[in-house]
Parts: sequence; structure tokens; C-alpha cells
Amino acid sequence: MSDAQNPPVSGGDLARAVLEGPDIHRALTRIAHEILERTKGAESVVLVGIPTRGATLARRLAERVARFEGRKVPVGAVDITMYRDDLRLRPARPLGHTELPPGGIDDRIVVLVDDVLFSGRTVRAALDALNDLGRPRAVQLATLVDRGHRELPIRADYVGKNLPTAKSEKVKVYLEETDGRDAVVLVREGAR
Amino acid sequence: MKHLISAGDLGRDDALLILDTAEELARVSERSIKKLPTLRGRTVVNLFFEDSTRTRISFEAAAKRLSADVINFSAKGSSVSKGESLKDTALTLEAMGADAVVIRHGASGAPHRLANWVRGSVVNAGDGTHEHPTQALLDAFSMRRRLGRLEGLKVAVVGDILHSRVARSNVLLLSALGAEVTLVAPPTLLPVAVENWPCQVSYDLDSVLPKSDVVMMLRVQLERQNAAFFPSAREYSRRYGLDRDRVAKLHDDAIVMHPGPMNRGMEISAEVADSPRSTIVEQVANGVTVRMAVLYLLLGGAIGGDVQ
Repeated sequence: MSDAQNPPVSGGDLARAVLEGPDIHRALTRIAHEILERTKGAESVVLVGIPTRGATLARRLAERVARFEGRKVPVGAVDITMYRDDLRLRPARPLGHTELPPGGIDDRIVVLVDDVLFSGRTVRAALDALNDLGRPRAVQLATLVDRGHRELPIRADYVGKNLPTAKSEKVKVYLEETDGRDAVVLVREGAR
Repeated sequence: MKHLISAGDLGRDDALLILDTAEELARVSERSIKKLPTLRGRTVVNLFFEDSTRTRISFEAAAKRLSADVINFSAKGSSVSKGESLKDTALTLEAMGADAVVIRHGASGAPHRLANWVRGSVVNAGDGTHEHPTQALLDAFSMRRRLGRLEGLKVAVVGDILHSRVARSNVLLLSALGAEVTLVAPPTLLPVAVENWPCQVSYDLDSVLPKSDVVMMLRVQLERQNAAFFPSAREYSRRYGLDRDRVAKLHDDAIVMHPGPMNRGMEISAEVADSPRSTIVEQVANGVTVRMAVLYLLLGGAIGGDVQ
């Protein structure tokens, strides 16, 4: 997950916006169309976001699917904190909000939604969490940005933008609902 | 936060973090798989020197739902009855690699001593007449779930305040969370220096009831009533027992709580205990949730030699 809680970039860091508001809108529109295409009308699809920004993106995708095909896709959120593999590296973290989509996930096609795909560990944790919530027919993955550097055999089914990055760079996602504006920013740590 | 010894150690933010975490964890109890992998490989020891069913089982269920290994230790039938000291027991547990020790002890301050002897976290599950912080947390959690807020809530705690660790922990926690607590008891069942506690005191239950949002009845600890604190059980019940007539004085949304175990017919009538106002059964369910939150926040992150 990206760390977009602190918008102003500190001195010495170089920040470059790689996606602006309209780019994000177009990317989400395309992903919504791709979901409809691949799942043949999204009949048994549920969208499950990973808090906080993945959950916001899931709601936006659901709104687009409803607009394009008039189908209301159930939306939920799954917090992965309790399933992380790096819990012991930091003090206990506050939990995000988990909400099963109406009707549950049993025998549905779950599209997991996250903002940034990086090591793949968050998605691994989300798969474990889904396992405890029910038994989906299939799980697919949608992400706004794929920045590479996978550490696990995980790939996305729907990608907003493939973004080549150096491992030392940070990708920050800002969304209107939580941050007051839409943007994806690449931050290069400056020499300090 | 490393230990949970006193509700007084919790600031407003700590307490709210525990309650908010519990709110999320409450959903786990509603799922078909009521288990999280979070504390895999951690060991929690329940060290109970006093009898308890609900608190011990509650801690055990909480630890197991987080996938911790649980070792139950009760003083009866252990080396303690052969005269082993608390310190030696503690060192034994330490050698077994306990990451957390949940202790109930008859002596006030025992958890505090224990915290100096073991490397793991210590959770006070009731020490003498001193404190029972997780009970206060689950009470606050139950109030917030039923009434939607804690700030400004008027809470009457009624009964044997003198012997009650629940009362002290509740006063400390609820005052930190912005609730207004009134202790109601006969003068003989109030502790010395109660005027220094962050709460009001009254001897008259009937005048307190109409303005209360929550009435928490405490058990009359008959096993500790050796000094004749009141003339007879019947007289106590007449002045401080909660029955149908007294409940009628409460406003419509007010709730009735009891930490259990109850003396039905003494401090609370059976009819009131089983009424829709009563949160007594919810309190037990909420106890597991709140204790999960406490164990997660104490053990879920980096502790002791985890970080190199």
C-alpha cells in the first residue's frame, strides 16, 4: 500500500506527478470496461478493496460498471493488517475497516482492488484474508499502478499504469475522497 | 504500551485505540472462521491464583482466536500449593518462553511486581481489590455500542465499591473517556479517600437513577463481608438492590450492566437481569473482543528481541 498520508514532500526530495486526475479517471474507466469484458458482463463479480485507497478505488469502479451496464456490483473491503508478514518489524498498527460485500464472497468472482502493486506481499495477505471470509469461485486483481519489484509470484489482471521505478523511489497515490485531489506522484529520495 | 496493569495508565487516545480495534475485531466473532493468524507462535500464559471462570475463559478464547498458544495455570493443584513464591512461578514461566502473562491474584499489586520479573507483557486480570482494567474496557465498549458515545455519559456504579476492582478501573477509564461517574453505596462500603477519585459519590440510589444513562450493579462480595458492612442482606437489597420499581425511574434508553457473577435477588432482581435493558450477556461476548484487541496491541507488533 502506498503511504500517502503526508502530502507535502520534504525538502531535497524530487516529486513528479506521473498520473493526474484525468489520467486516473481514464485508467479506471478502462479497467471497468476490461472487467466487464473479461467477466462477460460482471454477473457474479464483487469488488473488494484493500483499505484505505483500494477501497475507494473499488467504489469508483463499481460506480463506473453501474454506469456502463446498469449492473450494481457489490462492493466490500478487506483489511489485511492481521495477515501481514511483517507485523513483527514494527509496533502494532491500528486496524483498517473490513466489510464483507452484501451477499458475501462465496462462489463469486472477487476482484481485489489496490492502489499500488509492489512486492506483492499485501496481495498475498489479502488472499489469506479472503480465504477466511469465504470461498470465491475465482480471485482477480486490479491495481491503479504496477511499479514492479515483485517478491512473490503474483501478477495483476487489470493495471491502470505500468510504472517502471527504482526500488528506492516511492509511489504516492492521492485520491479526492481521502486527500482532496487525484494524482499519482513518484518521489525520488534526494541526497541528504 | 508494554503492559496493561492499571486502567489509570491508559490515556484517552490509548483507550480509544483499544475500543476502535475491538470494534473491528467484533466482526471476526460473526464470521464462520473465527480465527486470525496474527499471534501465531506467541505464547500467552493464563496465571490464575484466584477462582475465575468468565475472565479466564474469555482471555483463553481471545488468545486462541488470534492463533496464540495458550497455557493455563491455576494455583490449585500446582506448585503454589506447595509453597512456591510468585517470583519463582514467574521465572518458571519466563523459562518456558511466555510472551504475555495474564495474571489474576488476590493481592493488590501482584501484576505490578510480576512486570519487573518477566520479559514479556503482563496483563492484569484482576488484582485483589485494586484493578481489573480489561473489565473496565469491555464495560466502556459495551456502553459505546449500546448508546453510541461515552463523552458526557452519566454512569452510576452501585454497590460494594470498597472491595471492587471493577469500580476503580471503571472510574479511572470512564473519566479519561469523558463520562461522568457517580459511585452509589452505603458509607461502610466506600473506600477511604474516595473523595479524591475523579467521580461523584452518593448514598441514595433513588435520587441518582433518574439522571443516569448507565447503571452498573456490582456483586456484593459475600466472601469478603466478614466485618458486617450492612445489617442484613435484606436491608441491603431494599436500599441498594435494582428491582422493577427502581428500573422504572430510569429514562427509556438507559441500560443496566453487571460484571458478573450475579447474586440474583440481592443486588439485582432476576427480572431486571433478564430484561432488554440488561447488557449482561453482551458484556461477556464483548469481553472476548476487547481482550483480543488488548492482546493484539500488546503482542501484535514488534516486541522484545523481534527487531534486530
